[in-house]
Amino acid sequence: MPELLDPRAIGTDLARRDGAAKVCGTATYAFETPVERPAFAHIVQATVPLGRITAVDTSAVDALDGVLAVLTAGNAERLAWTDDRELAVLQDDEVAFRGQPVGVVIAETSELARQAADLLRFTYDEREHDSELTVDHPGLYKPDKVNAGFPTDTAEGDVAGAMATAHATVEQTYATAMYHNNPLEPHATTALWDAEAEVPLTLWDSTQGVHPARSTVAKIFGLERERIRVVCPYVGGGFGSKGTPHANLVLAAMAARALPGRPVRLALTRQQMFFLAGYRTPTIQRMQVAADRTGRLQAIAIDVVEQTSRIKEFAEQTGVPTRMMYASPSRRTTHRVAALDVPVPSWMRAPGECPGMFGPEVALDELAEALEMDPVELRIRNEPEKDPESGKPWSSRNLVACLREGAERFGWADRPPAGHRDGDWLVGTGVASSVYPTYRQASSTATVRFEAGRYAVEIGAADLGTGAWTVLPQIAADALDVPVDDVEVRIGDTRYPRASVAGGSSGTNTWGSAIVVAAGAFRDKFGGDPADGDEVSGDVDQAERDSDHAAYAFGAQFTEVRVHADTGELRVPRLYGVFAAGRIVNPRTARSQLIGGMTMGLSMALHENSVWDPRVGQVVNHDLAEYHISVNADVADVQAHWIDEHDPWVNVMGSKGIGEIGITGTAAAVVNAVHRATGIRVRDLPVTLDKVLAGLP
Amino acid sequence: MDAEISLTVDGVPRRLTVDTRTTLLDALRERLGNPSPKKGCDHGQCGACTVLLDGDRALSCLALAVAHDGAEITTADGLAAGGELHPVQQAFIDRDAFQCGYCTPGQICSAVGLLDEVRRGWPSSATPDLGAAPDLSHAEVAERMSGNLCRCAAYVNIVPAVQQAGGAGGSGRGTGR
Repeated sequence: MPELLDPRAIGTDLARRDGAAKVCGTATYAFETPVERPAFAHIVQATVPLGRITAVDTSAVDALDGVLAVLTAGNAERLAWTDDRELAVLQDDEVAFRGQPVGVVIAETSELARQAADLLRFTYDEREHDSELTVDHPGLYKPDKVNAGFPTDTAEGDVAGAMATAHATVEQTYATAMYHNNPLEPHATTALWDAEAEVPLTLWDSTQGVHPARSTVAKIFGLERERIRVVCPYVGGGFGSKGTPHANLVLAAMAARALPGRPVRLALTRQQMFFLAGYRTPTIQRMQVAADRTGRLQAIAIDVVEQTSRIKEFAEQTGVPTRMMYASPSRRTTHRVAALDVPVPSWMRAPGECPGMFGPEVALDELAEALEMDPVELRIRNEPEKDPESGKPWSSRNLVACLREGAERFGWADRPPAGHRDGDWLVGTGVASSVYPTYRQASSTATVRFEAGRYAVEIGAADLGTGAWTVLPQIAADALDVPVDDVEVRIGDTRYPRASVAGGSSGTNTWGSAIVVAAGAFRDKFGGDPADGDEVSGDVDQAERDSDHAAYAFGAQFTEVRVHADTGELRVPRLYGVFAAGRIVNPRTARSQLIGGMTMGLSMALHENSVWDPRVGQVVNHDLAEYHISVNADVADVQAHWIDEHDPWVNVMGSKGIGEIGITGTAAAVVNAVHRATGIRVRDLPVTLDKVLAGLP
Repeated sequence: MDAEISLTVDGVPRRLTVDTRTTLLDALRERLGNPSPKKGCDHGQCGACTVLLDGDRALSCLALAVAHDGAEITTADGLAAGGELHPVQQAFIDRDAFQCGYCTPGQICSAVGLLDEVRRGWPSSATPDLGAAPDLSHAEVAERMSGNLCRCAAYVNIVPAVQQAGGAGGSGRGTGR
């Protein structure tokens, strides 16, 4: 069993190192990079949902002073790699979805670029499109695998038999909406192409991974990676949507290459983000659960229907958490996907677990009701001793402890009866479990160097608000056995050693492990009294790796919902989460991650819904006035707690990822509380008042 | 069409040429190189561009620069005059009232404006008694900060940060009033 680092800086409540720059607004995000004489680019989008461009008229643009270039499929450079059709922009006349880029205009000012973009005229030969996901869509198919490489389907035992004979069963269909990540900072790039320079292409880009972004751009443009630099010290939120490059980055690089020596700024508008920056597929989840008289599960099954785009497959792994969450002799999970004429879906905070902990966690609540059993107790009774899917022991699993502590903190035992009324408000309480896998990625290297009496640690990591600027120095300090103030960590630049994408809640695990390896190698080589300039690197792949255990973080969320008896208005006065996520490196930033995830889950439960119009093929509420996310007044008492967990198997820090688990299960807890308040079971998100109004007592 | 205007930005008089279509936000960001006010939506829907315009909080993306010739503008950067953080800024750090930081300068300008509005007795839709002076209750602060979206969802930390700054007498500085 590996030994955990002796925590000194780890576990301390340090304020963010980038705090002062962020509260002043002087932390520079991609679009704001100081450069000389920037030009401004604006993307032109297709105005048909499917078809072919038959003509482009640039005459009105040609008459404008100050327009520097207009790129369309007719004159844009041919890309070296076009297999990824989301990224193969301006390469042909085809339009695969409404809003796909068909041109980019570069001008002296942003106002002019936008005006010119409006004046470009495209003529289309439009074809009939298909953009509506239905549970029986004729094009549903079984993908080869689902996101993160999981098998598409799994089956064990006899679900049908258990459903036919069990004491209690639930068979229902649940649905989650289409969601857009909507980080507050739109996807943006400042790009510079200088053919004479040693590194000709520089991209100051808002990305969750400078090295992965560089690799993709290198492939697309046929450039050696060493000839590209990607820089990103600060990311104004990503939530997965900046985890992989989207078309805007390719267009920014193209625009820069069309204007050698001139920096070009390109940002998506908020509206464009609803077409071009990824989103979470809507899901339809048919659930079957069966239990004996004592509440022990006999079967659990989830059959998922969801969508991808015609030009690029992304199959969300919605059914995956059902494979391991609870003990049940019979289990089935399937995914079927319809490829539609729609924008390309992608990662959004906890792909798989977020939608995949909705249907099952509501179905368990319905099962508890059928059994007349406390839903907390039902979950405890179905605690598996080992991972039902892999058969491996858990590295640590403290779901039961989270449920018990959450129940205690929330006052679950004394909760009001179903249908309780307090004045004009119906009051209900709900619970759901949370889960997220503990991932570690390959290919991350850190360098430790002794510089002017301090330790400089360099790694091309990203801080999307997660706290990496602050947390990585804490890990480095303990690994080097020095005070944290003696460590400076530098991230967000491909000039530093390669780092994996900030995704899958794997950043601290992956980059931290690399830093610990490098620190150990540094001490082995130079001892405790290094000379200025002494330097050594370490790779995450040199860190001990356990493959004998199933490693997950777990949690439990409890919520109180109040529903206005006359209007159906929904309020959530309390949302408490208790998590078991290994050792917490920085309680301050960790709490923010967890409450942030929980609040985004609350937002998913009550507000978020990208309303798709299948007639025109687009999201109709494509801005922040109509795509509602929770605002300050929607959020009352949200608390995140954790239990001390000693897990020696996950990594030498003992830490599990915390960026995504907070959003898992929240929406189910809210739906379950709404049911207890009103007797109304809302199985399709979001829970809006129109769905409860008709059924109110 | 271009126009020449004057602005005082964070205490510094500036003359600049703007397109008559240039928003105050783009004038600050793209013409004056002040990155502090952020562009999150460009439609007055997210609050990231909030600045103090002649002392009051305002959405700079909904203001045309040419219409504000002679205006005095304070950005979050200007609140930290002389390198010392404004009490609202310090409270945001103390309470970890942000994560990615992109909405933060707007939140901070909004909070400074809010504290001034409360001090002047302006009610909000959450004020229980319009005849009494408003306080800094959770409901008041949350309501008055709801024009500033935070996708990282630091809301439960933003409210106590604003309360802390308000209680520490942080409403008077930097607003020009």
